[in-house]
Amino acid sequence: MDGRIDPIIDFENVSFKYRAQQEPTLKDINLKIYPGEKILIAGQSGSGKSTLAHCLNALIPCSFTGDMSGTLRVDGQEPSKLGVFGMSKIVGTVLQDTDGQFIALTVAEDIAFALENENTPQKDMYEKVDSVASKLELTDLLGNAPGELSGGQKQRVSLGGVLACNVKVLLFDEPLANLDPATGKRTIVLIDELLKKEDLTVIIIEHRLEDVLHKDVDRVVLMDGGRIIADKTPDELLCSNLLIENGIREPLYIAALKAAGAKITPDTKPQHIETMNVEPYKETVQKWYHHMPVHRGVNTGETLLSVEGLNFSYDGKKQILSDVSFNIKRGEMVALVGKNGAGKSTLASLICGFNKPDKGVIRLEGNDISSLSIKERGERIGYVMQSPNQMISKPMIMEEVGLGLAVRGVPHSEVEYRAKEILKICGLYPFRNWPVSALSFGQKKRVSIASILIMNPDILILDEPTAGQDYMHYTEIMEFLVNIRKTLPVTIVMITHDMHLMLEYTDRTLVLTDGKLLMDAAPSEVLTDQEVCDRAYLKRTSLYDLALKCGIDDPSEFAARFIDHDRKNRVAKIDE
Amino acid sequence: MKIGIKEVVAMGIGTALFVVLTNVQIPVFVVPNTAIQPRMAILAFLAAVFGPIVGAVVGFAGHALGDAFFYGSVWWSWVVPEAVVGIAIGFFAKKFAVKEGGFASGKNLIIFNVVQVVANAVAWIVVAPVLDILIYAEPSDKVFSQGAIAFILNIIAIGILGSLLLVAYSRIAGSSSGLKAEE
Amino acid sequence: MSKLISYEHKNTPIHKLSGFTKLVFFLIWCTASALTFDTRILLCMLVIGFVIYKVSDTKWKQVSAVFTAVMIFMTINLLAIFFFAPYQGCKIYGSRTEIAHLFGNVYLTQEQLFYEFNVFIKYFTVIPAVFIFLVTTDPSELAASLNGVGVPYSIAYSLEIALRYIPDVQDEFRKIKNAQEARGIEMSSKGRLMERMKNTVSIIFPLLFSSMERIDVVSNAMELRGFGKKKKRSWYSRRPLKAADFAVLAFIVVFFIGSMIITYHDGNRFFNPFV
Repeated sequence: MDGRIDPIIDFENVSFKYRAQQEPTLKDINLKIYPGEKILIAGQSGSGKSTLAHCLNALIPCSFTGDMSGTLRVDGQEPSKLGVFGMSKIVGTVLQDTDGQFIALTVAEDIAFALENENTPQKDMYEKVDSVASKLELTDLLGNAPGELSGGQKQRVSLGGVLACNVKVLLFDEPLANLDPATGKRTIVLIDELLKKEDLTVIIIEHRLEDVLHKDVDRVVLMDGGRIIADKTPDELLCSNLLIENGIREPLYIAALKAAGAKITPDTKPQHIETMNVEPYKETVQKWYHHMPVHRGVNTGETLLSVEGLNFSYDGKKQILSDVSFNIKRGEMVALVGKNGAGKSTLASLICGFNKPDKGVIRLEGNDISSLSIKERGERIGYVMQSPNQMISKPMIMEEVGLGLAVRGVPHSEVEYRAKEILKICGLYPFRNWPVSALSFGQKKRVSIASILIMNPDILILDEPTAGQDYMHYTEIMEFLVNIRKTLPVTIVMITHDMHLMLEYTDRTLVLTDGKLLMDAAPSEVLTDQEVCDRAYLKRTSLYDLALKCGIDDPSEFAARFIDHDRKNRVAKIDE
Repeated sequence: MKIGIKEVVAMGIGTALFVVLTNVQIPVFVVPNTAIQPRMAILAFLAAVFGPIVGAVVGFAGHALGDAFFYGSVWWSWVVPEAVVGIAIGFFAKKFAVKEGGFASGKNLIIFNVVQVVANAVAWIVVAPVLDILIYAEPSDKVFSQGAIAFILNIIAIGILGSLLLVAYSRIAGSSSGLKAEE
Repeated sequence: MSKLISYEHKNTPIHKLSGFTKLVFFLIWCTASALTFDTRILLCMLVIGFVIYKVSDTKWKQVSAVFTAVMIFMTINLLAIFFFAPYQGCKIYGSRTEIAHLFGNVYLTQEQLFYEFNVFIKYFTVIPAVFIFLVTTDPSELAASLNGVGVPYSIAYSLEIALRYIPDVQDEFRKIKNAQEARGIEMSSKGRLMERMKNTVSIIFPLLFSSMERIDVVSNAMELRGFGKKKKRSWYSRRPLKAADFAVLAFIVVFFIGSMIITYHDGNRFFNPFV
């Protein structure tokens, strides 16, 4: 950066301690961001990255009180003096929860929301909304209600809402958390285009590094324990081991290169696999590939659940599922993927009996279950909702876990015995007499899973088990499930958007698109098939590109071998 | 009393909750065509957490919109008392301190229930019947009997469901210290 | 929420009126209906209501389910009035004209029938007004209109939030109910009352808890976008008043004053055909 330009954001020795906490959450932050830059702030939960963001829009110290020291200037002003309202005209924040940020009844009104608050005359609002909408390709949707929009569209509306105020800085708080991979990619492209056309500075807070790096980023600021521990260009950062040491997932192709023993250097431009120069590493990767054991599929038992010719429609007009058939074998771990609205949740609701199929049969161990009630099915097919808060209805852990048995009239002593057993398996036994409120999100998630497992179901269906979780918590939840599968005879089906999850943890992937089953194959095959990925809004794994670039003719096998290797390493690490 | 953003949102989402729960009812078999309304518990809860203005708006707007959406008409004489209940309970919001765990002890539970019984009595045995007589010239025996039934059902709804919700929320939202992992 | 009455976009003269006009009309109309008991006025309102219903091109199927529910309620209510006070009509109109002997010492009187007929049509002056208001008013306009009649904008906006989140809360309620039912927690009518109450709490509690979280998220989002800082607020979807609006507003004011004069000129709100 040119030293003569003043930074638009300037942290000087900034520290912040929340009132209720002992330790400061931000420690001595020094950071300069210049106009026109695109900065990625990465770090695991609790690293202080969200606190840093809240300093920029003045939620800290105006809404979340605490002690702040040092100076922060944004566009020459001090946020703590301007307040949240004043800062909203300089820094536009796009929140992670698109449903929470979409406040008004229609797209047009939501874009105009901040203008309305400014008491802007109606005529000016019409003009502004039209111009913002055309920039974001929302013109045809202006009259739509939020319920009629996809996640990606809602996010564009949120973006429109802040652009309408002519802000100078765009702050994205985990913009990819709730989107399917292809939509996330589009968001990153859109941000990039905006930055090129408008006079903006962009700050993205996200732990899904590989997805953000789809387009150029000027610098990555890596945080841990309230401090900035690296402020480097992506090319430099990817060559170090700082990411993995601080709980951030490396892009898969980088991880694979490192696993193969390649020493990556910044001059090969590792930021994007498409444009990276892999020549220096080609030989090493090939050698490693041929050296690794051939991937072998898991042996699984007899068919547990079979679905045949399922058809379903809510209104008799729009077909949500058409002719879906598949089998699930005992002991398998299966991913159910596809873009939002492809019918994944509907399929789960048919299996659980929340809705009745128009046509088709669902069999459990060969028996048709259509006559079983929701409650009866619940004893054999457990369903875990996305957020544990949507399931937990008792304040105490023991009560919550035992509830499913207690309402079925199981004697108290047996409920307690079985609850204790299941708490032991789930690693929650030491906390059995705690209130649920004292637990972390991951622990609550385990409580909600334990409260289903206590009924000894054959199958566990989990809706987005890791949505919104960083790498560490993702690993915690997934390893927990792997462990459960080892201890209990339970088969696991997961609805997910997370390509890493399906690649790293599942044996098989069912791909749904527009109500049809598009593919039923090993995850490494699905994620190396460009056509299927495009149609199902998935994102082809970068391992595929790496394999091809290195002259390996079977990218799917390459991906599978790398994942095998990686899994083995991770298990070894956990055992330590 | 100033209305903050949080109160505005609580009125909005509270009203949405109240409307959604309009047709969730627990029938009581002793008296035909009467049911305990869980939405009353939601109203009491929100009033106890956010205060009288939120209580008034959720009661008033929730009842009016619920009536309109589900029954195509609005019985104003029963909308107003709903707001009365919300306001009365809301006046004690500061004292209850639900979010700080105020219902973990029994004292607030007793105050809450005394308040709700009095509020319901005023609302359903006084306000509703009087409005019914003023507007529809309905026979006083009928409206007071109706009011008495509504009073009993609503004190049960708030007394049991409302108390359970408040205690559970207080225990979940309140801070917890001095916990030790056990072997 | 297929059962519910909802706004449908059309191009009738009623749809074209500003939400403000319709809200003012609706409120004055309800007040008039509440105050009068004059049969002539009520019948007149009934006819006007029917005409507006026709002009607004409201389809019977949009409102039929709800209409049936109201009819059932009305029948029960009218029977209840008779059961509690078979001579309420005689008390009001000051005469007693028996038609038939029913049972015990209960007689069916003309006065009672006429009184209950009045109660019946009184309800039916409000019902189409609610129907038509809901079906023809864009929900986006509601908050702006309320603000227009003097409701503080923060309270008016809370209604917009309510309408915005009703579908989301409904959807979440359905999901939670399903998941809890699979765990064995049912809200069915089986089992003991206390049991059912406890199960209801187990289903409502997660919904309430996640709604409390939603309140936090939404209020943060609104603060970040500058809600509530200024004394006044403009509305994107407010419709300016046109000639037709002024005509309707003038009509309803005149109608209200007229009906009040007719109703109360003799110091009694009842129209008495028995004198």
